[in-house]
Amino acid sequence: MAIITMREAISQALWEEMERDEKVFIQGEEIGVWGGTYAVTKGFLDHFGSERVRDTPIAEAAIVGSAIGAAMAGMRPVAELMTINFAFAAMDHIVNEAAKMHYMFGGQFRLPLVIRAPGGGGRQLAATHSQTPDAIFAHFPGLKVVAPGTPADAKGLLKEAIRIDDPVLFIENATVYQQKGEVPEGDYTIPIGKSKVQREGSDVTVVAYSKMVPYSMQAADILAKEGVEIEIVDLRSLRPLDMSPVIASFKKTNRAVIAEEGWRSYGVGSEVAARIYEEAFDYVDAPVRRVAQKEVPLPYNAHLEQLALPQVDDIVNAVREVLR
Amino acid sequence: MDKKEYLNLYHQMVLIRRLEETAAELYQKGEIGGFLHLYIGQEAVSTGIIAARQPQDQVITAYRDHGVAIYVGSSANEVMAELLGKATGISKGKGGSMHMADISKQFYGGHAIVGAHLPIAAGLALSNHMQKNDAVTIAMFGDGATNIGFFHEAANIAMAWKLPILWVCENNRYGMGTSTERASAVSDIIQKACGYGMQAYDVDGMDVIAVKDMVRERLAEIRSGSGPQFLEVCTYRFRGHSMGDPERYRTKSEVKKFIEKGPIDRFRKFLLNEKIVPEEELNQIDSQVIGEIEAAVTFAQESPNPPEEALFENIYVESVGGA
Repeated sequence: MAIITMREAISQALWEEMERDEKVFIQGEEIGVWGGTYAVTKGFLDHFGSERVRDTPIAEAAIVGSAIGAAMAGMRPVAELMTINFAFAAMDHIVNEAAKMHYMFGGQFRLPLVIRAPGGGGRQLAATHSQTPDAIFAHFPGLKVVAPGTPADAKGLLKEAIRIDDPVLFIENATVYQQKGEVPEGDYTIPIGKSKVQREGSDVTVVAYSKMVPYSMQAADILAKEGVEIEIVDLRSLRPLDMSPVIASFKKTNRAVIAEEGWRSYGVGSEVAARIYEEAFDYVDAPVRRVAQKEVPLPYNAHLEQLALPQVDDIVNAVREVLR
Repeated sequence: MDKKEYLNLYHQMVLIRRLEETAAELYQKGEIGGFLHLYIGQEAVSTGIIAARQPQDQVITAYRDHGVAIYVGSSANEVMAELLGKATGISKGKGGSMHMADISKQFYGGHAIVGAHLPIAAGLALSNHMQKNDAVTIAMFGDGATNIGFFHEAANIAMAWKLPILWVCENNRYGMGTSTERASAVSDIIQKACGYGMQAYDVDGMDVIAVKDMVRERLAEIRSGSGPQFLEVCTYRFRGHSMGDPERYRTKSEVKKFIEKGPIDRFRKFLLNEKIVPEEELNQIDSQVIGEIEAAVTFAQESPNPPEEALFENIYVESVGGA
């Protein structure tokens, strides 16, 4: 198995799918000549040409809206939003159009559409450019929402997202593009809507996704030194949400911590906690705890920003709490 | 044009009119729910456009969509059944009045968020461009849609990418109850298209032949590579914006003035004055249409409601239940 970064995994998935199927194309701001502001699509323009690597105006409704139209008429677009913060300028097209198109017309239209959107805080970009609004998008039936936590999952899930006929919002976390991991050789896909145990343990279930997966791995190493073994369940997809591995793990550990980078209120942790209480109430030995972002718009100052963001230590402390 | 073609246009406009009058009655009786936006007064627009298109040309429109749905080739039965929310409806009873589509006829809906279908239309045109077929996308929208950002993003990207698309603005003078004079920076909508460097035209939307001829020319030029073009069709809706419209924003005399110049009466007079069709043949079409719509109502009323299982069908291509 090769060891590559998250950035390389995403780039490889796009490249391989564009090689495999000429209906696959990418469009977005600065993805061509510039090579992508996070360099994910570097080299694509030279290889695939400007018809399939389309630099767009800075116009998110046009980027997502035209990708929807192209998908309805048989193409397989991957639209890139420079950051997920710009998704709000395309909110109608994501929520009112993409998520509704198959259902509302009685199944006539298929939408083989992927919207890639990097997000996350911690880069001193201040309040408008640092958000992790994943939970908002997971609210809407009809949209699939994927947020991988390892390079191997990122590659397999993105390839799957490109191949299926449903609209997928593929959320990346820009602060972990350099995160490395083992990736299987050759062509592979990973089904959307399947959670995965990333590390086995018997004491506490830690539910995480995206950047909170590597954070939870670090927390696991710290806790292991104290003799505490956490089991990390990576949601991988927020919609459809696969609770089975979470519930199975919880029935074993009877204790859970849910970690997300977004705000706590109405967040992914709220949903997962509610489902644990609904589906495994008799197994609860301690209140489920949520690790999340403080309820503030993210500030520019580096110290204040880090104070607001969930840290590895927050996960460690939450695990200690539920074991108390 | 031969006689058959004239008769077809007449039949189509009368069919739309009768469908809409009947829909209004069924709405009053409570058989049709939600919002209902009637096309009465604007029949010549969709009729002229659809008559001018080639079968591969895609059509996408806003929520005042019955007149397009019934003419792209979908039956009055399916349209009426959709209005009644039945399983046999054109969108299986899940879309209703505002969301009709028929992909087999290249009709891409029926979209109810004002202007939001315009970037989607640009995407349909992008697919034609990338697949190198000779289809042209026809995007219909109201005057009100030209005031929202979606229109401008769509017009800009279509022109920047030279996509094969005809933008058709159905200017019926009001966005809901607000006149173009009150809502738009420029009263000639066509100026907005000129701002994007598009070839732009206008046509009398009460004249079905003029609409048809104009659209045919535009489509031919776009098909041969002109890039996007814009057409403002000047029209008027005789009824309110939707069924719950108090119509405080216009006078009865204004409405009367337009009704007197209505597209069906005008075309009928033309056919008689030019001695293209004898009056009894037109009367025959009128009664035939009444029968067609009556049959559609019976079909819709006798059709089953969607089964409860349909609630969870078509959320995704493969069912995931309620996850």
